[in-house]
Amino acid sequence: MSEGIGARVARKEDKRFITGKGKYTDDIRMENQAYAAFVRSPHAHARVTGIDTAAAEAMDGVIAVHTGPELKADGIGDIITGWAITSKDGTPMQCGVWNPMVTEYARYVGDAVAVVIAETQALARVAAESVDVSYEELPATVFADRALDTGAPQVHANVPGNLIFNWEIGDEARTGAAIEGAHHVTELNITNNRLSPNALEPRSAVTVYDEAEEHYTLYSTSQNPHVARLVLSAFYQVAPEHKLRVIAPDVGGGFGSKIYIYPEEITCLWASMKTGRSIKWTSDRSEAFMTDAHGRDHVTTAKMGFDENGKIVGFHVDTIANIGAYVSLFATATPTYLYGTLWSGTYDIPAIYGTVRAVHTNTAPVDAYRGAGRPEATYMIERMMETAAREMGMDPAELRRRNFITEFPYQTQVLLQYDSGDYHTLLDMAQKAAEIDGFPERKAEAAARGMLRGIGYSTFVEACGLAPSAAAGSLGAGVGLWESAEVRVNPVGTIEILTGCHSHGQGHETTFAQLVADRFGLPIENVSILHGDTDKVQFGMGTYGSRSGPVGMSAVMLALEKVEEKAKKIAAHVLEASEDDIVIEGGEVKVAGTDKAMAWHELGLAAYTGHNLPEGMEPGLKETSFFDPVNFSFPSGALICEVEVDPETGVTEIIQFTAADDFGVIVNPMIVEGQVHGGLTQGIGQAMCEGVVYDGDGQLVTGSYMDYQMPRASDVPSYTVRHGSTPSPDNPLGIKGCGEAGAIGAPPAVINAIVDAIGTQDLQMPATPLAVWQALQTVSARQAAE
Amino acid sequence: MYELKYHKPASLSDAAKALSGAEEGKILSGGQTLLPTMKQHLAAPTDLVDVRAIQEMSGICAGDGTVSVGAATPHVDVAGNADVRAHIPALGLLADGIGDPAVRAVGTIGGSIANNDPAADYPAAVLGLGATVVTNAREIPADAFFQGMFTTALDEDEIVTAVRFPVPARAGYAKFPNPASRYAMVGVFVAETGDGVRVAVTGAGEDGVYRDAELEAALGSDFSSAAVDGVASDPRGMLDDIHASAVYRAHLVNVMAKRAVTAATE
Repeated sequence: MSEGIGARVARKEDKRFITGKGKYTDDIRMENQAYAAFVRSPHAHARVTGIDTAAAEAMDGVIAVHTGPELKADGIGDIITGWAITSKDGTPMQCGVWNPMVTEYARYVGDAVAVVIAETQALARVAAESVDVSYEELPATVFADRALDTGAPQVHANVPGNLIFNWEIGDEARTGAAIEGAHHVTELNITNNRLSPNALEPRSAVTVYDEAEEHYTLYSTSQNPHVARLVLSAFYQVAPEHKLRVIAPDVGGGFGSKIYIYPEEITCLWASMKTGRSIKWTSDRSEAFMTDAHGRDHVTTAKMGFDENGKIVGFHVDTIANIGAYVSLFATATPTYLYGTLWSGTYDIPAIYGTVRAVHTNTAPVDAYRGAGRPEATYMIERMMETAAREMGMDPAELRRRNFITEFPYQTQVLLQYDSGDYHTLLDMAQKAAEIDGFPERKAEAAARGMLRGIGYSTFVEACGLAPSAAAGSLGAGVGLWESAEVRVNPVGTIEILTGCHSHGQGHETTFAQLVADRFGLPIENVSILHGDTDKVQFGMGTYGSRSGPVGMSAVMLALEKVEEKAKKIAAHVLEASEDDIVIEGGEVKVAGTDKAMAWHELGLAAYTGHNLPEGMEPGLKETSFFDPVNFSFPSGALICEVEVDPETGVTEIIQFTAADDFGVIVNPMIVEGQVHGGLTQGIGQAMCEGVVYDGDGQLVTGSYMDYQMPRASDVPSYTVRHGSTPSPDNPLGIKGCGEAGAIGAPPAVINAIVDAIGTQDLQMPATPLAVWQALQTVSARQAAE
Repeated sequence: MYELKYHKPASLSDAAKALSGAEEGKILSGGQTLLPTMKQHLAAPTDLVDVRAIQEMSGICAGDGTVSVGAATPHVDVAGNADVRAHIPALGLLADGIGDPAVRAVGTIGGSIANNDPAADYPAAVLGLGATVVTNAREIPADAFFQGMFTTALDEDEIVTAVRFPVPARAGYAKFPNPASRYAMVGVFVAETGDGVRVAVTGAGEDGVYRDAELEAALGSDFSSAAVDGVASDPRGMLDDIHASAVYRAHLVNVMAKRAVTAATE
C-alpha cells in the first residue's frame, strides 16, 4: 500500500504514546535536581508591602527563596509582546510592564510573587505556603466591558484608562454610508466567552546550568523552542543564544497556550544559575487554570446592512478585547490581524469597518487559543447571518449562498486576499450529508416527543499557514514566519528530516515521513523526524496557526527537491546515463527505459564514500531549505449542526454534526479527520460547556474541573466529515491546513441550531442547560404576554 | 511537612481506639473526598484510620424486609448486588450512577453519608427510604442523621458501620448532574414505604439533603408524575451558583421528581 500523500497511514508515534512510553518534560530527571514551587497572589490587585521568607528558608531541605526584585537586580528582562499595534490615531500601543515575578504590584490571582527551591516537590510546596506575603489590597478591574468606564481601577499606571490600543481596519465613511442606506440592518451584541486551554499535559520546565561552560539547558513544554530561545536570550537576558539550549520533548497538547514564554521558565533558568542546581517545575491543574494564557474574551456590537435581495452592503464591528493583566506574546495580534482581517468571512462584502479596543484587566493574560481571532470573527459573522436571515424571513442557507464569494483570488476589504475556494460546493456537500431535506420530518417527530429540534449553519474561511514574513513584518510582527527543513540522507539510505515545526499531537512523525514515501517510494519506517531541540535542528518558528503543513512541509518538499537533484547527478554519473533520464521510485534510482538501476541505499553510500562522484561535487547528501510563502492559506468549510433541546430541563443534545471542509491537498486523511474531530469538540466545548468565570473581585470561580466544564465523549456525536479540495496555489504541496478549522467553525453552528430550536436569538455562549432554560423562560414569558 | 500516621485496624474496637488516641483523626474508607482534600492541603489530619480491613463493615445482606449495606462497601458492589437489585432496584441504579467507574470502585456508602456533601447521591436514598444508620455506638434514623451541609448527628470519632434500608413498595431516583462535576445538582429519591411516601432531595438545598413535604403530600394521595405538576417548589433555600440559579434548581426538583416517579412506576 502506498504511504505517500493521501494515504491513511497509522501514526508512527502512537506506539510510544499509547503504551505510556512517551517522554515528557516532567519525565526528565536530572542529577542534582531540585524542585520549584511558586508563591502566588491570592488577590486580583494588590501592592506587595512585604515578603517574609524566613520561615520557609529555615525549613530543612529548602535551598533558596527568591523574589521579583532579585531577578530585576540581576538584569532579567521584562516579558515582551511580539507584535506592535498602532492605534487609529497613529499612536503606539501602551502596555503594562510584566516582570517575571512581582516587583511591587500583583495584578491577577496567580501572579507569581516568590519562588521556593527545595529538595522535593512536596517540600517546595509546603515551604511556599509558609512564605508570608503582606498585601495592601486594591480595587480590581475584571470585565472587558467595564475596563473603559470612567473611574475604573487602573491596572497599570502607564496605561491610562486601561486602553492598550484602539485599532481600526476598513473604510469607516463608506461602511457608515452603506449601512445608513441599507434596506435592512441587523444588529447584535455578541460575547465571545473566555476559555481555559486545558492541555492534557500541564506546563513544565526542567532547567540545567553548567557553571564551567556558563551554559543553560531548558527542557520545556513548548510549541516553538527556537522562539523560546530567541526571546529568553534577546529580551530576558538569561543567556546568549549559543549558551542556551531549549528542548521541547514530547508535549501533550498546546492549543496555543504553549507558544508563549512564561514567568516560570525564566525564573527557573535564572534560579538554576543562582543555586547551581537543576530545577524542575511542573504546573498543577489549579495553577494551569490560573496562569495558562486564556483565550477569546471579546464583547462586540456588530451591525450588518443588506439590500432588498439579501445582499450584504456593509458590515460594522465594535469590539472590546480583554487582554488581561499583562500583554502576552501574541496577545495583540490575536484580536487584530488574526481577527479583523477575517471580517469578510466567506462573503463578498463591499464595505467593512471596525475598531478593536484592547484593555487591561486584573485577570490572567489572554492570548491565542486554537483558532486565535478567527473563531471570534467567524462566530460574530455567522451569528449575524443567521439572525439576519430570520429577521428577513429568508432561509439561512440561501442568504449565505447569495453572498458567497465565487471568484478567486478574492481581495477582501480588510487586507487579506483569499487564494482559492468553492464555498457553494462545500455547502452542497454538507447539506447532502446532513440530509437536510428530512429535517422538517425529524423536527415533527421530535415535537411529538415533546422535544425541540433545531438546525444551524456555519460557513467559515480562515487565514492560516502563518506566514508570509514580509507581510507580517509590515503589520508589526517582531519575527519572521517562514519555516525551515533539513533532509539528511544517511550513508545507509535512511533519512532524517529536521523541522523547525513542533509536533504536540499533530502526527508530524508520520505525515512528514509520508512526503519522502511519496517522492522516493521509501517506506516511512526508514524516515525519522527530528524536532524540538535547538542544538539539533536549524532555526524554525514552531507550530501554531495550522502552519506545519502549508509552511513546514513545504520547506521539507523544497529540501527533498534539492536532495533529488543531487541524487540524480550522482546516479547519472555512476550509471553513466544522462541526468534527465534518472527517475527515483519505489526505493530505486533508475535509468528510464533501461534495466540499469541502483538501490537507494547504494546511492546513499556512493554519496558518502565519495569514491566515484561527478567532478567537483562535494560528498554527502544533506540539504536545507527555508520556505516563506507569498500568502497565507485559506481553508474553508460549511458546518451543519442538528440539536434537540429538552424544554423541561434546557439540556441540549447534539444529534448530528456535519463538517465539509476544504483543506486543499490532504497528506493523511485519517490524521486530518482526527484534527477535525478534536477541533469540533473544542468548538462544541466553547459553545455549550466552557467558560472561565471571574467574580467581581477578580477571584477565579472556575478554578477546577468541578466548575469548569470540559466537553466529554458523551457530550458529542459521531461526526460526519467530508472533504472538498481547492489546492492552495501558494505552496508547492497545495496544503491549506486543518488544525483549527473545527474550533473556528463549530461554535456558531451549535448556537444557531439551539436558537433555531428554542425560537429566540437571545442566547450567549456557553449555552449550558441553565442558559438555554432561562432563554426558554423568556420565550414563554413573551408568548404569554402576546 | 504534613505528616500523618496511617492505621489499618482489623476490628471496630481497634479503629475506635486509634481514633480516640489521635490528635485529629479521620476515618479513611474510599478516600474519594478526603484524599483530594488532603492533596490540596485543605485537610491535614494527624491520623488516618483505614476501615477497609474491618470485616463487619463490608458486604450486603438482606432479610426481615431490609437490605443492610456495610459502611465500607464500595458503590460498585452495591450496584451489582443481587439482593439490592431484587429488593430496592432504585438503590442499585443510584449507586451505578455515582461518579465514574474509578470512583465507584473505591468510594463507599459510609464515607458518602458521613461527609454529607450536599451534592452526594446516597443521602437522597438514605433519607428517601427512611433508612437507619448503624454506628459503633447506636442506631440513628435517617431523619435525625442529616443535620445540614457537611453536618450529621455523628459524635466525634463515632464510626458508621452499616446502613439498613427498609424494602419499599416501590422507589425511584432521578438526578440532574452538575454539567461540570457530574455530582448531583438536583437528585430526587421517591419511595412508597410502610411509612407513606417519602421524597428526599439532594444537591439543591442550602442545608444539604432534605425531605420535600409538599411533594410527599401530593404523591401520597396520587403516586403519579401528574401529581407533581400541581406542586411549585420554592426557590428560597436553594443553592445558587454559576451552574444553576435557585429558581432553576427549584424547577428541576419538580422535573426530577416526576422522572423519579416514572422510574418507580415503570
